[in-house]
Amino acid sequence: MSVLNELAKGLQGNKIRIVDLTHTLSPDFPSISLPPEMGQAWPFRIEEVSRYDERGPAWYWNNFSCGEHTGTHFDAPVHWVSGKDLPRGAVDSIPPQNFVGPACVLDLSEEAGRDADFLLTKAHIVAWEKKHGKIPPRAWVLMRTDWYKKAGDPAAYQNYDETGQHTPGPDIDAVRFLVEERDILGFGTETIGTDAGQAQHLRPPYPCHYYMHGANRYGLQCLAHLDELPPSGAIIVAAPLKIQNGSGSPLRVLALIEKP
Amino acid sequence: MTRRGYEGIAVAVPVTVPYVRYSIRSAHWWLARCLDSLLVNSKLKKDDIDGLTISSFTLQPDTAIGLTQHLGVSPRWLDHIPLGGASGVVALRRAARAVQSGDASVVACLAGDTNHVDSFRLTLANFSQFARDAVYPYGAGGPNASFAFLTAHYMRESGAKREDFGKLCVAQRTNALKFPHALFKKPLSLEDYLGARPIAEPLHLFDCVMPCAGAEGFLVMEEARARKLNLGFSKIKATIERHNAFAEDPIQVRGGWALDRDELYAQASAGPAEMDFVQTYDDYPVIVCMQLEDLGFCEKNAAPGFIRANTFMHDGSFPHNTSGGQLSVGQAGAGGGFLGLVEALRQLTGQAGARQVKDAKLGMVSGFGMINFDRGLGSGAAVLSC
Amino acid sequence: MPPGARSRVALGLTAAAALGRFELQQCKDCGTVQYPPREACQKCLSTRLPWKTQDGKGALLAQTNLHHSNDLFFRERLPWRLGLVHLDAGPTVVVHLHEGAKDRVSVRAMLDRAGQAVLAAVPEKEDVNMADDRQLREFTCDPKFRKVLVTDGKTAVGQSLTRSLVEAGAELIWVGYSEPWKQFPGFDELKKLPQVTLLPLDVTDSKSVREVAAEIGGKIDILVNNAELHRPFGIANRAGVETARSEMDVNYFGLLRLAQEFAPAMRARGADGQSSAVAWVNLLSVYALANFPPHGTFSASKAAAQSLAQCLRAEMRPSGVRVVNVFPGPIDDEWNQLLPPPKIAPAALAKAIVRALQEGTEDVYPGDVAQEWLERWRDNPKALERELSA
Repeated sequence: MSVLNELAKGLQGNKIRIVDLTHTLSPDFPSISLPPEMGQAWPFRIEEVSRYDERGPAWYWNNFSCGEHTGTHFDAPVHWVSGKDLPRGAVDSIPPQNFVGPACVLDLSEEAGRDADFLLTKAHIVAWEKKHGKIPPRAWVLMRTDWYKKAGDPAAYQNYDETGQHTPGPDIDAVRFLVEERDILGFGTETIGTDAGQAQHLRPPYPCHYYMHGANRYGLQCLAHLDELPPSGAIIVAAPLKIQNGSGSPLRVLALIEKP
Repeated sequence: MTRRGYEGIAVAVPVTVPYVRYSIRSAHWWLARCLDSLLVNSKLKKDDIDGLTISSFTLQPDTAIGLTQHLGVSPRWLDHIPLGGASGVVALRRAARAVQSGDASVVACLAGDTNHVDSFRLTLANFSQFARDAVYPYGAGGPNASFAFLTAHYMRESGAKREDFGKLCVAQRTNALKFPHALFKKPLSLEDYLGARPIAEPLHLFDCVMPCAGAEGFLVMEEARARKLNLGFSKIKATIERHNAFAEDPIQVRGGWALDRDELYAQASAGPAEMDFVQTYDDYPVIVCMQLEDLGFCEKNAAPGFIRANTFMHDGSFPHNTSGGQLSVGQAGAGGGFLGLVEALRQLTGQAGARQVKDAKLGMVSGFGMINFDRGLGSGAAVLSC
Repeated sequence: MPPGARSRVALGLTAAAALGRFELQQCKDCGTVQYPPREACQKCLSTRLPWKTQDGKGALLAQTNLHHSNDLFFRERLPWRLGLVHLDAGPTVVVHLHEGAKDRVSVRAMLDRAGQAVLAAVPEKEDVNMADDRQLREFTCDPKFRKVLVTDGKTAVGQSLTRSLVEAGAELIWVGYSEPWKQFPGFDELKKLPQVTLLPLDVTDSKSVREVAAEIGGKIDILVNNAELHRPFGIANRAGVETARSEMDVNYFGLLRLAQEFAPAMRARGADGQSSAVAWVNLLSVYALANFPPHGTFSASKAAAQSLAQCLRAEMRPSGVRVVNVFPGPIDDEWNQLLPPPKIAPAALAKAIVRALQEGTEDVYPGDVAQEWLERWRDNPKALERELSA
């Protein structure tokens, strides 16, 4: 109990700050679009049911619709074919313990700013550990690129050209290192996808999805405000909606950080 | 088989319910006033009327039978005659046959309409299926547009000038100044006529009748009864009626009169030259020309010359539309189809006052009705004597 | 609006005029051509009076300039020229008269602003531009000098439409495009046209439609909804409902969203003098008439859209804004790759739509395939159903 008492005191005493890592869900927020012959996820859409009017005199409410992978969202292991048969791999069956964990934030904003196709390598991780210590087991590793700042400009955020999307992400070795040697809880990015925009050209394609989910780990995408987090020491609360056999879910991601 | 004549039949009690431009009353009011005037002037009681004909456009949704309950009459012979400008002649000949056969003793023939500010438009919009489908959507000009076509065509074929139509209109206005019920009280000059604003070229303002509210009526009975009642009356020498004549003509250049006039004159035992006056249906001057030609007063397309050669005044050569016609009295809907007949009765019974045609013994009344689509369908004429 | 009441039998004239045709009843027994429309032959009393295409040639018997009308629509537009024409085929007809018409004329059926058929006579010989005649322009929706919204500029059809509208003299063309983060082929070329303003618009997004309507809805004279989603699936060869739902979301609900947000302002501007809202064009499909099973869910969405377009047409009619429905056969695009020719090229489709606006037709079946389907469907809808499932 004393741990939670400490936490409560910290929250009340203004010693712990809550950082919202979530984008607002709206039809304007860019959504994933696959080649047209593929099945398509619904973009976020919202329709007013009533607003203190003839459709409902004293109340206001909306219907909204979207795919599981819309806005700031959570990827469950069953999302990928490599994780399809894993136990407790869907959002409703994931052990709730896994929705709260420490965060290691790797600042690659400079590199991503220079090169939209930037790939995080094992070397970057090792360098980070030299400064901030070894990544603990069952931690979230978050790749800070400051990409979230482009969210007001959908074209820049998606960054498409004739060869496809150009956004940063991890390379194969980095993903395998984090899963196999650091036992992380999951990997989070500020872009649409835990993999780089051009990751279809890697082998296997989309390695972060492939290995992370294949090892029953999770993904967080379209995160915001990672620049407000310390390299280590933050606690992440990221609980997806409890959708039966769901492959993912939009969610509110909160970070708890200690004020200096 | 030769047609039976109208021996022993009297036509009496010409009645006009004074016209107004617009009325807030319904057609029922006007027809009731008309029947009341017929009773007052004949000293008959309502129950004496056992036959009734009704002609009206604005009576709807009622017809003649609904009006019997409205007026509290119980006729044993009833006819609804929605034939517009042909109504007068048609009502006359049907009523005469009813009395001749004994189906009715006294037939009241009534025609009248109201005119609300909007009722003329509504009448036009729903005048007929063909008009609604194939005329009214084309500018909603009503009969003006249809008669503009006929007039333009006639002017081209006959060489008629606006001045010719103008002379007719001016003469009728002059006659009308001596008819107290005429709505138009001011003299009309040829300059006024020619300077009027265009309505549907070549028609200008004074070529077109003015819709108004009013009613006309008369009684048909046996001569013996008319004498007993001490009523002045006219006799019917001959009548004709025809509908949809010359359907093959691409544009109307003649009416049913041209088909039936020989029979008319044979039955009347008189020719056109023997008429002391003529009352034509005059919603537009071109139709007067057509009647003068088709009834044999002049050759086809010769009406312009005929107009130039005569005065058309009640006291001049060829007395014509001696009360002013619809062009100067007003067109009270179906009442317009009775106007000439009622005036003829006045002339033949010496009730025409200042406009009395001297020694009027034989007169002709002509009717023309129902621009169903591109032409008037109905025509009729009657020769009456004193 | 001009007087819009017609007898049921007279609506045969409207049915033909909607397709740009001039048809009159012609007796099956004695061959007499009839007018005005009627229930029985005026010559032999036969009631077999099928509608037959007429060449409209005739002689002008008389004409008039109306300076007085009992109807408000015409009062505001006086003087108005009318003619009486003796058709070579027999009947005499009252017509709206083109100012160049005299002696020999050609009569055609057009839809007036009330959406009902009327006859108009134009000079027999010349190739007449309706827009040049003050009166006949009232019956058309010519894009010249008008402001147009094309809802989807991303497709080849949308881009061809935009170019055709520019050529037809449209003053200003807003061109919508969804998913603004994706540059689409042809974007730069559209942007170069001085009449064109590109703006993000997604017909599946109520908010987007509402915002665009708030911005430009009060200025649009002609709305062309060409946004469509087309996937070549039937029922059996595509699992789930997501593709079909997406088609409905664009093809049906997209129209509904546009209609709810744009139609009120267009209705309000329907009688707005010279710069009035005049037309709403829906890109439907000939598959709306009868289901084409290989593209079964697309057909269904277009049938739904057609039904809704009829509702829209009814709601727009009192304002005089014409709803033009376009029923092309297969368009030569990626979603019809597997279909053999003939297919209609996007440029030809665009030209057909602009011509329909210029000539004032209401139902457009552009191209050979659409024309053939239309004839088969009119002849026997059941037979067409069987033929399409073969």
